[in-house]
Amino acid sequence: MTNDLIHATAAELAAKIHSGEVSSVEVTQAHLDRITETNGKVNSFLHVDTEGALAQARKVDEAVKAGETVGALAGVPLALKDVMTTEGVPTTCGSKILEGWLPPYDATVTRRLKEAGVVILGKTNMDEFAMGSSTENSAYGPTRNPWDLERIPGGSGGGSSAALAAYQAPLAIGTDTGGSIRQPGAVTGTVGVKPTYGGVSRYGLVAFSSSLDQAGPCARTVLDAALLHEVIAGYDEMDSTSINEPVPAVVAAAREGLNGDLSGVRIGVVTQFQGEGYQPGVLRSFQAAVSQLKELGAEIADVSCPSFDYALPAYYLIAPSECSSNLARFDAMRYGLRVGDDGTRSTEEVMSLTREAGFGPEVKRRIMIGTYALSSGYYDAYYGSAQKVRTLITQDFQKAFATFDVLISPTTPTTAFKIGERANDPMAMYKADLCTIPANLAGTPAMSVPSGLSDEDGLPVGLQIMAPALQDHRMYRVAAAYEAARGAFGGPSL
Amino acid sequence: MPSISRDEVAHLAKLARLAVTEDELDLFAGQLDVILQSVATVGDIATADIPPTSHAVPLTNVFREDVVRPSLGQQQALSGAPEAEDGRFRVPRILGEEA
Repeated sequence: MTNDLIHATAAELAAKIHSGEVSSVEVTQAHLDRITETNGKVNSFLHVDTEGALAQARKVDEAVKAGETVGALAGVPLALKDVMTTEGVPTTCGSKILEGWLPPYDATVTRRLKEAGVVILGKTNMDEFAMGSSTENSAYGPTRNPWDLERIPGGSGGGSSAALAAYQAPLAIGTDTGGSIRQPGAVTGTVGVKPTYGGVSRYGLVAFSSSLDQAGPCARTVLDAALLHEVIAGYDEMDSTSINEPVPAVVAAAREGLNGDLSGVRIGVVTQFQGEGYQPGVLRSFQAAVSQLKELGAEIADVSCPSFDYALPAYYLIAPSECSSNLARFDAMRYGLRVGDDGTRSTEEVMSLTREAGFGPEVKRRIMIGTYALSSGYYDAYYGSAQKVRTLITQDFQKAFATFDVLISPTTPTTAFKIGERANDPMAMYKADLCTIPANLAGTPAMSVPSGLSDEDGLPVGLQIMAPALQDHRMYRVAAAYEAARGAFGGPSL
Repeated sequence: MPSISRDEVAHLAKLARLAVTEDELDLFAGQLDVILQSVATVGDIATADIPPTSHAVPLTNVFREDVVRPSLGQQQALSGAPEAEDGRFRVPRILGEEA
């Protein structure tokens, strides 16, 4: 029974809970037990909110018993990335500088989840302030990939994706600044979606790079991701960059896709994202996915987006520049860590000592890169040029979308690498985000759906699907059709 | 493009309020140099005629009516403070610093 509950999809669990076949408390307890049993190995959760989760589950069960109408995912458990504020529940962003902090308010995403009756199991591990591609930059130890505990689960949202792959939760929330939802999804064999920029409120999402940060749904199936997408998306007056447009009908699109017909859908294969530096098994998996999409009726052709070759350098200027400004808020005065305040030191000295002690090496590197790129004399050559590249990338997307409904590529150049393998080589680490970054720079939606396992190492591979802004539903339709054609590919034994 | 010196890294760290150690200066000088040389390639295609994009969604200022609404109370706002006194944040000395 417990086994059935943790392996079920969110849609299946919701149907059972809402019909009274099983209670949300039973479902929640099964997942809490699974976390207790496996978290020592995986380290996906930084904080488990047992009481809060069970209280929410009881509330949903009472509502169901009383015959009230409940939300589509009411009673279903979820893992929340520790970058979203949760009132009275620890929020660390994977950093020592926020250790023990209890936020005085809920993020809009948190609030919407609670209002929809979703059961928040706890907070998941991440690269410190979402800066990284492996979750090794967490101050609380790395998360391990359930498929192979010696390997990384991707990052920055490795905790959320690993929780899904380890059957600790059927749903999770991630945030994606350069691929932090999609890349962990790809290397853990799970689905991860970065919605259109502005589609999901950033209020209460601890800011890393404000013009790129976007929260989104993570799940084991495309339909589950769509159901969660509709819970968290929509205009929010608390976020001035929130888009005041109707939420794309992603659930309907996913259901349409499940009928397996993609006739007339035009799909462009981005030629920049293959060849040298790509693992052969990843490319073979990608080619197999292309063949299956053709069999479903899609029209497929190559498309060249030459400026995408410059997305990585542009990103590693824009994101650090914005982070150097955003992380100035950690000043040891209003919340978080304070170090060295012995009565003799000045505010500035206490600030510098606190930030030195509270931030890890990757965060310091990025703050200094950003400080450099924004300083007078270098601004035009670095930040200014990166912004121009951003224009070219947006134009390449526009040209491609004039011909194609969606674009596809592998999500990542390789499968999960070993923990420690790239830890001392920042540029090698950054390359994990090669294919995911353009969508962040252009603000367009993109997702990763598993394309099975690589034939050379048996590890999961992701297929990336990209769509124009506010056309999120297009990629859900294609992903759901592909997922059904692909079939099951097993799961990790843990 | 740049070869970034140890002194420059020390200057950046000071601007960014990071009291980095001597060992970190050595580590970061090498790493920042590699990163900056790599990202400098944006200059290869960023010609003068291309307008910059700062944000994916073209937005102007967003306004709302100036009405009183519920917000954090004093206790909540101070709840995470490293030190508080008399309903205020208590901070180290800010006067008497060098200019």
